Amino acid sequence: MRPLAGPLFYFLPMSASLFIEQILNGLQFGVMLFLMSAGLTLVFGVMGLINLAHGSLYMIGAFAAAAVAGWTGSYWLGLMASLAAAAMVGALVEVTVIRRLYRRDHLDQVLATFALILLFSEGTRWLFGPFPLYLDVPDALSGTVSLPFGIAYSKYRLAIIAAGLLIAVGLFLLIAKTRLGVRIRAGESDREMIAALGVDISKLYTIVFALGAALAGLAGAMVGTIQSVEVGMGEPVLILAFVVTVIGGIGSIKGAFLGALLVGVTDTLGRFLLPVILKSVFEPSLATSVGSALASMLIYLLMAVVLIWRPSGLAGKAA
Amino acid sequence: MLKSLTAIAIAAALVAGPALAADQAVKVGMITTLSGGGSGLGIDVRDGFLLAIKGNDKIEMVIEDDQRKPDVAVQIADKMIQSDKVDVLTGIIWSNLAMAVVPAVVNQGKFYLSPNAGPSALAGKGCHKNYFNVAWQNDNLHEAAGAYANGAGFKNSFILAPNYPAGKDALTGYKRFFKGEPAGEVYTKLGQTDYAAEIAQIRASGADSVFFFLPGGMGISFMKQWAQAGIDLPVVGPAFSFDQGILQAVGDAALGVKNTSQWSKDLDNAANVKFVADFQAEFGRLPSLYASQGYDTANLLISAMAKADVSDADAFRAALEAADFASTRGDFAFAKNHHPIQDIYVREVVKEGDVLTNKIVSLALEDHSDAYVADCSM
Repeated sequence: MRPLAGPLFYFLPMSASLFIEQILNGLQFGVMLFLMSAGLTLVFGVMGLINLAHGSLYMIGAFAAAAVAGWTGSYWLGLMASLAAAAMVGALVEVTVIRRLYRRDHLDQVLATFALILLFSEGTRWLFGPFPLYLDVPDALSGTVSLPFGIAYSKYRLAIIAAGLLIAVGLFLLIAKTRLGVRIRAGESDREMIAALGVDISKLYTIVFALGAALAGLAGAMVGTIQSVEVGMGEPVLILAFVVTVIGGIGSIKGAFLGALLVGVTDTLGRFLLPVILKSVFEPSLATSVGSALASMLIYLLMAVVLIWRPSGLAGKAA
Repeated sequence: MLKSLTAIAIAAALVAGPALAADQAVKVGMITTLSGGGSGLGIDVRDGFLLAIKGNDKIEMVIEDDQRKPDVAVQIADKMIQSDKVDVLTGIIWSNLAMAVVPAVVNQGKFYLSPNAGPSALAGKGCHKNYFNVAWQNDNLHEAAGAYANGAGFKNSFILAPNYPAGKDALTGYKRFFKGEPAGEVYTKLGQTDYAAEIAQIRASGADSVFFFLPGGMGISFMKQWAQAGIDLPVVGPAFSFDQGILQAVGDAALGVKNTSQWSKDLDNAANVKFVADFQAEFGRLPSLYASQGYDTANLLISAMAKADVSDADAFRAALEAADFASTRGDFAFAKNHHPIQDIYVREVVKEGDVLTNKIVSLALEDHSDAYVADCSM
């Protein structure tokens, strides 16, 4: 850290590679957040439901991937399993529990889905035991790849960015070009009307919920690969996903994408730059502690600023 | 005549010995983390403790789950003291929970035996005659890591820990013994799971080694991401990120990493050999250092019960202070602040067959106490 006398020196060639690497890290984090918040925002937009148990679906995806990859030895089968398991659990929960909550107010929804978190957490612990599970990067994606500017970047993280962007494009096409997408959009703008037009609204709800769940499960599996697959892994991500949803504008996929990238990059760069910037003002130990404290608040500050500037979020419809 | 007198005396001693002391049962309240993230630690402490008291009908257990929440732990402690009427409390894993519970418990005249958390506040000015720590003072393993780093010739370690009191204690402990100059010092968010930003900083810092304290899931995440980053620097840390419960989840990324611990499964003393074998037979898994701490805590209690009644607090306290039990760590004694004086080892992560585990490579600190003992006025 010593060669950097101040923040301006970050843009010198010597540390440009570090800066670009951090932007990539921010993008990768953002893309993951997008997969989580896409489901959350869809479910809220279409059904008006606040789903706190979305983080549990993320955990279920990770556990399914770890278990199947462990049994079969194939990472890719594990990834498929995460999609399938999360979608199935999502559909099941929608039919048995969530369906009864659409007409209730948000407080009842929060209470019921919070209960689901407890059920899923203890159920998972009962099934898999209290110790974290093993899930590792497949051989094809392990190690680093050389990028321009002398950056050695993790292949797996690069793959996450690519996969996340592909899924984002797929989701846009699904919403914009397909019949299901038309119904989802119609459901967002007028629930009663599309039911009156003969669309099987309860089936649509189940599909949307399962789709959101599958995305969360996939995110859990992809992230679980380089983090720890353990009970309770979903809740910290859930909070970030809510921040993303609020910043992006509730119910908007485009907003969730913008919000996720913004939060990802802000959080990563904040953690990295703030202590360094503060070092030009304060003494090092103070700068480190103040910097890390500020960095963990940064995305909430960002949320506050965005909400002052655009109260309904970046891509939200004006209330 | 003389022979029969001796025989009578021996018989009397045999009968009277136990009758003098250990006829009084002790009720133990165990508050520990049994659900949610981090429950592996509490479960290991509980299982180690229960293994040691197996078949002992003088100890009655009340076990409750604190869910890793200070307010829940405080409620349980009140309930255990007021309605369960426990004599001794134990079990807490996390320092923030210990700080919420321990002072109130010991001020009500109950004994508290800590099987894990050892915050500095309870080792120095805040030490108490009824508080005993059977594990370590929080800084100990980090101090040992600093001592090891000197021996390994590290000059500028990059050091990181979560931004909370135990994290700050960790970096302070490392720097207390490390003679080099840290190449960088980073506090991460507590519960953070992505370390890409920090790893990039390490790569750019020109450090010759990395020291980290990231307990539980945080450590698993860091090690996996570290392995993917392809940086060829030695890593050292306290045993918490490399204990038996999480090593399998870290996988081969942990192989060869040096970590410091007061206990290891291959410590060659009779108590430990028996403990490791019994634990495996009872629970079908290898014990962790947390399990050894739970086991030692229970054995300390049993040793005190053999010498004094718990209702005679002064005698019982003196019996605890004597620490007259066979520890799985070998030599064990209490300093005047009731924290251990013990050896701390450097272990290396190795593979035995398919199972990742640790083996001792050297001694980091011998008969080590802690930095706060002088501030304790007991």
